[in-house]
Amino acid sequence: MDKTFTISIYSENNVGLLNRISAIFLKRHINIESLTTSQSEIKDVFRFIIIVKVPEDNVKKLIKQIEKQVDVIRAFYHTDEETIFQESALYKVKSSALFEERHIQNIIKESHANIVTVSPEYFVIEKTGFRKETDRLYQDLAPFGLLQFVRSGRISITKSKMGISEIIKKFKSDN
Amino acid sequence: MKTKEQIALQEVESLSKKISGAEAVIRCLLAEGVDLIYGYPGGAIMPVYDELYKFQDELNHVLTRHEQGATHAAQGYARTSGKVGVAIATSGPGATNLVTGIADAQIDSTPMVCITGQVGSHLLGSDAFQETDIIGISTPVTKWNYQITNASEIPEIFAKAFYIARSGRPGPVLIDITKNAQFETLDFKYQKCIGVRSYKPFSAMDTHAVSKAAELINKAKKPFIIWGQGVILGSAEEEFKAFVEKSGIPAAWTILGLSALPTAHPLNVGMVGMHGNYGPNLLTNECDLLIALGMRFDDRVTGNLDTYAKQAKIIHFEIDPAEINKNVIVDVPVLGDCKKSLEALIPLIQKKSHNKWKGRFDELMKVEVKEVIDKDLRPEKDGLTMGEVIVSINKHTQGDAVLVTDVGQHQMVACRYTDFVRSRSNVTSGGLGTMGFALPAALGAKMGAPEREVVAVIGDGGYQMTIQELGTIFQTQAAVKIVVLNNEFLGMVRQWQQLFFDKRYASTEMVNPDFVAIAKGYYLDAKKVDKRENLDAAVAEMIASDKPYFLEVCVEKEDNVFPMIPTGASVSDIRLK
Repeated sequence: MDKTFTISIYSENNVGLLNRISAIFLKRHINIESLTTSQSEIKDVFRFIIIVKVPEDNVKKLIKQIEKQVDVIRAFYHTDEETIFQESALYKVKSSALFEERHIQNIIKESHANIVTVSPEYFVIEKTGFRKETDRLYQDLAPFGLLQFVRSGRISITKSKMGISEIIKKFKSDN
Repeated sequence: MKTKEQIALQEVESLSKKISGAEAVIRCLLAEGVDLIYGYPGGAIMPVYDELYKFQDELNHVLTRHEQGATHAAQGYARTSGKVGVAIATSGPGATNLVTGIADAQIDSTPMVCITGQVGSHLLGSDAFQETDIIGISTPVTKWNYQITNASEIPEIFAKAFYIARSGRPGPVLIDITKNAQFETLDFKYQKCIGVRSYKPFSAMDTHAVSKAAELINKAKKPFIIWGQGVILGSAEEEFKAFVEKSGIPAAWTILGLSALPTAHPLNVGMVGMHGNYGPNLLTNECDLLIALGMRFDDRVTGNLDTYAKQAKIIHFEIDPAEINKNVIVDVPVLGDCKKSLEALIPLIQKKSHNKWKGRFDELMKVEVKEVIDKDLRPEKDGLTMGEVIVSINKHTQGDAVLVTDVGQHQMVACRYTDFVRSRSNVTSGGLGTMGFALPAALGAKMGAPEREVVAVIGDGGYQMTIQELGTIFQTQAAVKIVVLNNEFLGMVRQWQQLFFDKRYASTEMVNPDFVAIAKGYYLDAKKVDKRENLDAAVAEMIASDKPYFLEVCVEKEDNVFPMIPTGASVSDIRLK
């Protein structure tokens, strides 16, 4: 049965690694729901967060194939319950709506969204949270006319320890 | 005495002046002990070729007639010598022509380093002449790849490339070097790579798993071993033989494991898989313990996974964690280098013989001899069979030749019937099934083991995919013996068309040229045989020759290879006809 899994990859920051990792999904005809890359807590170590919906057997095999890549330090998979995760969304609305429709101010206040910028033509709202929260705000704002909408991939931190520094330390002492 | 490698390293260390990136490439190869590379020059790699000219006494470059030939030759060289094969090509088409060989080396775990030239870094991404994204193209089929855009990167990247190619589960690595990096100069300092922090070649031996495996082995009543190329790649032939002999367990091979244990060994029960032997396939579904050693449960070995060895406990000795539970769920995975695991296992197992169980293999072999093997090797019909050609080769080489095969019927027949007395004697394209592999691979195999007899057995189809490498064989005078088994068909596809497509022979019939004339056109000794009475003398003459030799044998046009497990069927459904 398909389930949502968060794949976390700690890797070297090398050109081409993203291609190498996405090729693993491509070869197995698995769709990536979202992907974000960033620096990790360790200097010079990169972190990928990839969301997939697959059976658990498949995600286990994916992890092994990812870890097999020379530039990957470690890869893990976790369920939603095992992670703290967020997504960020931006909404661009025409400024007239803010002044003409009082209701919109309540929506912003109740959703705990932030107004990032305001200009005579438009204003931009930012909301970080779970998918259902950014979705609800989307539904609420849609009637006022969204000029633009964009949502980030999931970023996620695990409840359990990752132990990457230990791996790196061990490598240094072994070599 | 110092090795050539140490001398090269020392020489490198004493260099005080700056050298070009191109020269650095050559010095890196020498420091890694490379004395032979295969390749094809072109614009973007010319600075390196210019240095090859200067270093020709230390580093032999073999000009193949196509870049694909260079990769297969490097593979053949790696397979017989145990060293890393090296292929070099220019950018664009030169690089893309390497891809088939790289994919072949990846799936068959062959250590290889490929070097490609690339347009200058200021031109990258501009669709320049002969620019191609070879890093992007080769990513899914390489163990690792890297684009060098700056000469200073050369020593570290080459050291890393060779380390990665040969360590752990070996595989192909590609280094793409922009032209400016070949021209630029650098302060050259070479240090061999001893580790990469993000890469673990193999796991430490799991003593707990080894003792669990020993426990299962000691308890088993009907144990069965299937070994693969891991035994050869891990140089574990001695340990493997000791394990088989002490445990008394019948052992069968995958096509890439072939030759790790001599054919005549009493516990060698033959091949598993689609065209493997009757007994090993049937008894896979009767054994109570299956010991898989350095093999990966390829679909050509297992057939339908839902009915594969369900009754058995399974132990899997494997270096690559990604292979554990990939196709077959196993009871005891033993991760690590199989040489070390076997060393630890042998003292823990009881000395046994499984005569009654081994007798089952013998009984089924009798059935196979009667139904299949007699017809293949001792035919009563007029036409020559592929099998009797192999028998004649066995007779004249005493089983001590390197066999290089292409892909198709001849490959199955040759692997089934060739006698082997020592390891690293079987070179074939197993995983990728690359037609055109054998001729260039045979050239490389001969150069990797020049003291050995190398016999390439090739079908008339695959032969014509890389036939131009006759030119390389002529130029190098590598004494390869080439046997083309000509049935004027793409035989394996024709067999499937006969069995599964109502004999609709779509595009499998071949109208062939005069192969002897072609070989003679390359000034090779050549002969054609189409009658049984002439076969043995022709093979004898070929083996006796100390030069390259071409022999065409016209065989029955519509013979089939049996036994056979149809695609998707169970190993229990193996057919004898």
